[in-house]
Amino acid sequence: MHTSFTPLAALAGGVLIGSAAALLWATHGRIAGITGIVAGIFRARGADLEWRLLFIAGLLGGGRLIAWAWPAAFGARAPRSALALVAGGLLVGFGTRLANGCTSGHGVCGVARLSVRSIVATVVFMAAGIATVAITRRLMVGAGP
Amino acid sequence: MRLRPVGPRAARWLPLLYGLLFALGLAVSGMVQPEKVIAFLDVLGDWDASLAFVMVGAIGVYAVVWRRLARWPRPLLAARFSHPTPTRVDGRLIAGAIIFGVGWGASGFCPGPAVVALGAATRAAAWFVPAMLAGMWIHDRAWPASRATHDGRRKPLRP
Repeated sequence: MHTSFTPLAALAGGVLIGSAAALLWATHGRIAGITGIVAGIFRARGADLEWRLLFIAGLLGGGRLIAWAWPAAFGARAPRSALALVAGGLLVGFGTRLANGCTSGHGVCGVARLSVRSIVATVVFMAAGIATVAITRRLMVGAGP
Repeated sequence: MRLRPVGPRAARWLPLLYGLLFALGLAVSGMVQPEKVIAFLDVLGDWDASLAFVMVGAIGVYAVVWRRLARWPRPLLAARFSHPTPTRVDGRLIAGAIIFGVGWGASGFCPGPAVVALGAATRAAAWFVPAMLAGMWIHDRAWPASRATHDGRRKPLRP
């Protein structure tokens, strides 16, 4: 499927993401890894629970506000079936916990700190994602008319 | 650089602001559009390289700030920096990254954008996020020992 090349918007969005993550480090000394923040809410207590819930409330509330002000931001219908979304969700949840991080924790914070673990994880999950899309595309083309 | 700490009452709410900023960044960049993510991973097909620039922007800002803050004894509002503790490349890291990458390519979602899309009540996120939470829960049930890894409370591994 074709999407247009938008490097400036992507760069600007990246700067905002990096700024939010950097501020969390400066004030709370925490890594802005979404996997860790979300998984942590099930067992954190007190102040540790509070900042996690507030951050997630910001993500959810931000999504709500953006959908209201700028619905096109979320794109057209998702290109994947409900089955692929559920299977993908299970794999993403399990895999990010096993690897201790996702695109934010490893891909942004970890790579920026030149953590060898994070650089390896990022290269591996990118490669696995690229392979999966290539295979899926082939299967979808094969299943076409 | 000298920063005056914000009063504790207002400062409590700062993580909410960071979450909003993070969500805005994900939306502006296009990360919340699964079709855009899939097109970014479609290197062998109709490749849209845009999202590489998200990493450039985010990593660039974070790297600069992190280096500048390296000499701070502690963060502004907490007792200490919670540095990540595990330091080895091991089978769990590789296996986890492969499993995550497959799920990412299959769905077009990674955790951050999925939570933002859930806030926007998209149909895709309504399928994806509960499954993602289930996947995390299954992992943490299977390996309870690793539960605390992310909150900096785990005993450090070998250096």
